[in-house]
Amino acid sequence: MTATASLRDVRDHIRSGARSAVEVVRESLSRIERLDPALHAFNTVTADRALERAREVDANRQAWRDAPLAGVPLALKDNLCTRGVRTTASSRMLEHFVPPYDATVVTRLERAGAIVVGKTNCDEFAMGSSNENSAFGPARNPWAHDRIPGGSSGGSAVSVATGMAIIALGSDTGGSIRQPAALCGVVGLKPTYGRVSRSGLIAFASSLDQVGPIARTAYDAALTLSVIGGADQADATTSSEPVPDFAAGLTGDIRGLRIGVPSSMLARGVDDDVLRAYRSALDMLAARGATLVDIELPHAAHAIGVYYLIATAEASSNLARYDGVRYGFRATPDPGTADQDLRTMYARTRGSGFGPEVKRRIMLGTYALSAGYYDAYYLKAQQVRTLILQDYDRAFAQVDVVAMPTAPTAAYKIGERVADPLQMYLGDIFTVSANLAGLPAISVPCGFTSGHLPIGLQLTGRRFDEATLLRLADAYQRDTRWHEAEPPIHQYAGP
Amino acid sequence: MLAFRMAVEFTAGQVEAIAQLAQLDLSPSEVELFARQLGDFLGYANELLAVDTRGVEPTAQMGNRQASDRPDEVRPSLDRDAALANAPDPALAAGLFKVPRVIG
Repeated sequence: MTATASLRDVRDHIRSGARSAVEVVRESLSRIERLDPALHAFNTVTADRALERAREVDANRQAWRDAPLAGVPLALKDNLCTRGVRTTASSRMLEHFVPPYDATVVTRLERAGAIVVGKTNCDEFAMGSSNENSAFGPARNPWAHDRIPGGSSGGSAVSVATGMAIIALGSDTGGSIRQPAALCGVVGLKPTYGRVSRSGLIAFASSLDQVGPIARTAYDAALTLSVIGGADQADATTSSEPVPDFAAGLTGDIRGLRIGVPSSMLARGVDDDVLRAYRSALDMLAARGATLVDIELPHAAHAIGVYYLIATAEASSNLARYDGVRYGFRATPDPGTADQDLRTMYARTRGSGFGPEVKRRIMLGTYALSAGYYDAYYLKAQQVRTLILQDYDRAFAQVDVVAMPTAPTAAYKIGERVADPLQMYLGDIFTVSANLAGLPAISVPCGFTSGHLPIGLQLTGRRFDEATLLRLADAYQRDTRWHEAEPPIHQYAGP
Repeated sequence: MLAFRMAVEFTAGQVEAIAQLAQLDLSPSEVELFARQLGDFLGYANELLAVDTRGVEPTAQMGNRQASDRPDEVRPSLDRDAALANAPDPALAAGLFKVPRVIG
């Protein structure tokens, strides 16, 4: 099996008996063993548990025959709770946290036969766009070892790009599934807000967070979304909107679909190679029968300011629970003092348990919510959020999807933007709007830079219309081979 | 892209006051760093002040088309020992989380 094996291949091989689930899982684990010391995509590898489950699938083939993901190796971002398996969110604060329950998405995937091979590295509490904010060190881009894999779901994207897993889950608050997918050359889908349960996802910004698949192909993402989507009693924000068989809708027929092109947004700040790949992807979609329509998103330029005010405000509230009482880490008292009182313990625990980016965001969010600044920042941001949403409503009266590059540049070098977080934030310009407006969006590989770094095309759709995004992405992948390219992993592979 | 930028400056005292609200112990070098970085970001985000939002309702959350209420019925929940298992200082027999002294 090559690094570019798809979920469909693996599932079909296991169904036909050509390969056993144990063989498939062993291959995945052996890739992790050879590649991960260099790439650091995983915080925890669940080898024994995975093999045990694979044996169970092989021993009861009849029972698992119709399970859509039987035997498929799955990597989970380490902010998704797994019962009995350490779940850290890449934070010192949760370094030894072992959840007493599974996230709903984990339960659903395991019921469908998927086999968890490990928990993937990410930015701490999903805060970052580079995976450099992991307390356990950055994951690395398999296409260029000295570059970021993107973030925050960097490890999940790396695991799929290198065949260490066949599918992975990420979470996306401002682009954290789509941007690493783009930078690693795989498909990433952020579903509509409310499509997928957040129960068991460690909360960052609750009005923006959404769990979604990272996969080799749109087809594989479609299969996975059909498994994880749908109402959940444990998450009141999930929708009862029916979940279609997304894979069955991938006909290759995109004739008559209207694709919105927000040209004025792309006029500045986008790398030339990215722009070339984007335009040529649009031409291919047009050649298949889609129509390109120029649109305006007048408030899109404000999205970064709005996003980082709202996301940090929500984060400052969500992360208040990490205070040294319930979740593992508690700072020891100052050696100079015999005792510490409660508030000192809180502040010392949080000051030493959180990393710099998390602290920065808690500070910004606390400020934005504080008396005297609430109206100027938080309320203002919520109002401009409404305007951004209305821009999309107007656009969707004219078009079926909006197309943009996923990120303005390909993967940058590790360390390049650490000293200036605002530069990292600005790289999220094309992804944050979908979260603010609750819309589904997909990133699909659409080429390489002259330095051979992957580039992603992002399509954003109407609420609950993942079907159209997947149909377009699948049609595009029928005409292209970008997703079959193999990263130069022989350079990093151990013996 | 930006209509205008307005410099925002934070003093060490202001940063320390925010840190106190957030219950965060910061080192002097973190105070200095965050003073600069919060100022950088808010200087950038101040362009929002120029957006005309008169009469615009704020959006807090993307609502559902249908409410997803469920019947108010007692159902099994986490076992108490399991809920205490991750605590740094649990009182398992009593079923409590222990914390340092609250009142002197």
